Amino acid sequence: MHPISKMALQRLALGIFTLFVVSVIIAGAVEFLPGDLAQEILGQAATPEAVAAFRAEVGLDKPPVERYFSWLGGVAQGDFGVSLATKRSISELISARLGNTLFLAGFAAVIAVPLAVTLGMLAALYRNTWFDRLVNVSTLSSISFPEFFVAYVLILFLSVGYGFDARWVLALIGLFLLVEGFGAVKEGKRIGRFSVIGTIFGIIGLAMVVNALFGWWNFKVGAVSAFPSISNISSGAEFGERVHRSFLPALTLTLVVTAHMMRMTRASIINLMASPYIEMARLKGMSPARIIVKHALPNALAPIINVIAVNLAFLITGVVVVEVVFVYPGLGQLLVDSVSKRDITVVQGCCLIFAATYILLNLTADILAIATNPRLLHPK
Amino acid sequence: MADVTNDPMALSADAEAPRVEQESRWVTVRRAFRSAPLTAWFGMVVIVLYIVVAIFAPLIAPYDETEVVGDSFFEPGTLMFTSDTVEDGRAFKKDLTTHFDGVIERLEINSENMRDIFITSDAPEKIFVKKFVDDPEWGITPQQFDSFAGELRTYLAPHDFTEDALELGTDQIGRDTMSRMIYAARNTVGIALVTTILSFTLGSLLGMLAAVVGGWTDNILSRIVDVLMSIPQLIFALLLLTILGANVINMILVIALLDSTRVYRLMRAVGMNIVVMDYVEAAKLRGEGLWWLIRKEILPNALAPLIAEFGLRFCFVFLTIAALSFLGLGIQPPTADWGTMVRDNAQLITFGQPVPLYPAAAIALLTIAVNFVVDWMLHRSSGLKE
Repeated sequence: MHPISKMALQRLALGIFTLFVVSVIIAGAVEFLPGDLAQEILGQAATPEAVAAFRAEVGLDKPPVERYFSWLGGVAQGDFGVSLATKRSISELISARLGNTLFLAGFAAVIAVPLAVTLGMLAALYRNTWFDRLVNVSTLSSISFPEFFVAYVLILFLSVGYGFDARWVLALIGLFLLVEGFGAVKEGKRIGRFSVIGTIFGIIGLAMVVNALFGWWNFKVGAVSAFPSISNISSGAEFGERVHRSFLPALTLTLVVTAHMMRMTRASIINLMASPYIEMARLKGMSPARIIVKHALPNALAPIINVIAVNLAFLITGVVVVEVVFVYPGLGQLLVDSVSKRDITVVQGCCLIFAATYILLNLTADILAIATNPRLLHPK
Repeated sequence: MADVTNDPMALSADAEAPRVEQESRWVTVRRAFRSAPLTAWFGMVVIVLYIVVAIFAPLIAPYDETEVVGDSFFEPGTLMFTSDTVEDGRAFKKDLTTHFDGVIERLEINSENMRDIFITSDAPEKIFVKKFVDDPEWGITPQQFDSFAGELRTYLAPHDFTEDALELGTDQIGRDTMSRMIYAARNTVGIALVTTILSFTLGSLLGMLAAVVGGWTDNILSRIVDVLMSIPQLIFALLLLTILGANVINMILVIALLDSTRVYRLMRAVGMNIVVMDYVEAAKLRGEGLWWLIRKEILPNALAPLIAEFGLRFCFVFLTIAALSFLGLGIQPPTADWGTMVRDNAQLITFGQPVPLYPAAAIALLTIAVNFVVDWMLHRSSGLKE
């Protein structure tokens, strides 16, 4: 057997085992429910007979182990049981919503992945320049934002059409240019174009700040009301309609995930560029383009795949909040609703799907990373 | 050795030694601060500002956190003004309807006291303000709306509470948004801090234990952590909160437990590197106990990475708590909290009112500040030179 496929099989077995443990935890959660589940749902006024009948109906009267395996058997056949609150089949509730959530996450990923990887590489290659610093500051801010903040800002400017003074945005850019320009001038030992750029930056930046302070020149930004703030997607919606309606939630997710992904890509590329073989290539006089294509890229593949997988897994958590903000009919919304209703069977179903996706993504990343970088077969 | 103190040389050396050391430390700190980039300075100033606001909240806030000071001014569907000064409600109504002819669909005056004035529309709820704002037929812009409200306020001048204190207006049940923002600094940041400290204590203690003891303890703890980390944190938190019920105490415990797994991983890794050092070996051979090893040998040497990690973890915990509160599963009303405030005022955004953005921005600003400082510290400790 090829060592890589052997390793992949090992990882797969480990993944399935993790999934099993996680399913035990999720199913076992009911056991830790303080008080009696049936009593909790039917209320204090329920007669003992009614409680007993309900327990028999849901299967609570059976021992936990038997209940777990019948639940697992159902899940394997796509049957998650019935909702405690609405008595509807959970599979029915989930199936349409799962499609919607996957569509949203896929939409965000399609924009975010190429964007983040490209920008991350550029930031790494132009390290310590103004571009890198701009990317660093803006991504650091962006990962600090709660998802709902990004979402509401987007709604305000792209859906409601609130609009804001572009002067202040220009002033912020101006401040940045001022600082950068000052830095470039201070490093005057590298005379030539650097200090020229610094001076130009400084003048433009100063002009922008002064403009904002005195309020001379102005125009409005973000007075767009092209996208709906509520993404109610009906099941029979056309593709174009879907894209339009889920544009804002997807953009929110994209912004949050791109920042993370970009920082990680940048870090891993910088790490790579510091390795001895790159230095060797540089020392023997190879052209930078050749170094990147021939030496850096093949080795960068494994870390980048890892970064992408980690962030797609991160999308899963982000999706919950974003769906609630935009009232998007997805799995996250269902999960949050069910948590506040304490509808434990629905919560179990949703958690299992989220956890399985998360584990699968990490597993795929592991295997792909090993496939592209066989050195990982032999851990130190 | 008793007469050493009589020796002037010894005395001066004794007196001088600690002073010199103190000075050098002060110099290092000053040099570090002087070389701090602009972003780090920004971060530190913001953090100090938040701390001051959180500590002195009752002194700064114009009103109490749960005090109802005005009417639910922004509530969609109904605009309500209350005043003891409107002597003749009918005259006021006539004034208004003639002045805003074609703008107000229906204007009602509370027949009981002749003082509460309701301006409503027949249209379904929430349509009214929206129409007000962006329906061209109504011919009224947000600015006009503001001036309209301003005129109403002037009319009710002697009872005007909106003069200076209510910079940000009132929330959906008439509490002062500004005051609640200030109190929320105390509540939200305080709860996040408690959670982070709890998570750190648990995670680092177990991590050091695993590093020092090794063997089965390490194996069992690490496998438990692996399982806890194999489910996304927010999803796991939601599951646990369903079981335990969503309230503040449960949220703190659940997040502290889930977050401690990351601290555990870091602490174990750092501890493993320290445990193999000779001085730890020496302490072990000396027969020192487990607690001594953790407290005197490992902890002081692991402090630097731990401090930076504390900042990162705080940001993460803070954002998770904000998200849970926003989802209605964290900090419960009437406690003022930024996440809950965003949730409560969320509807207003579609009417062109940026009110829900203020608390959200407060969260974002603090996280940015902490991240900037941590970034600088990590950059310094990693020894990277530009």
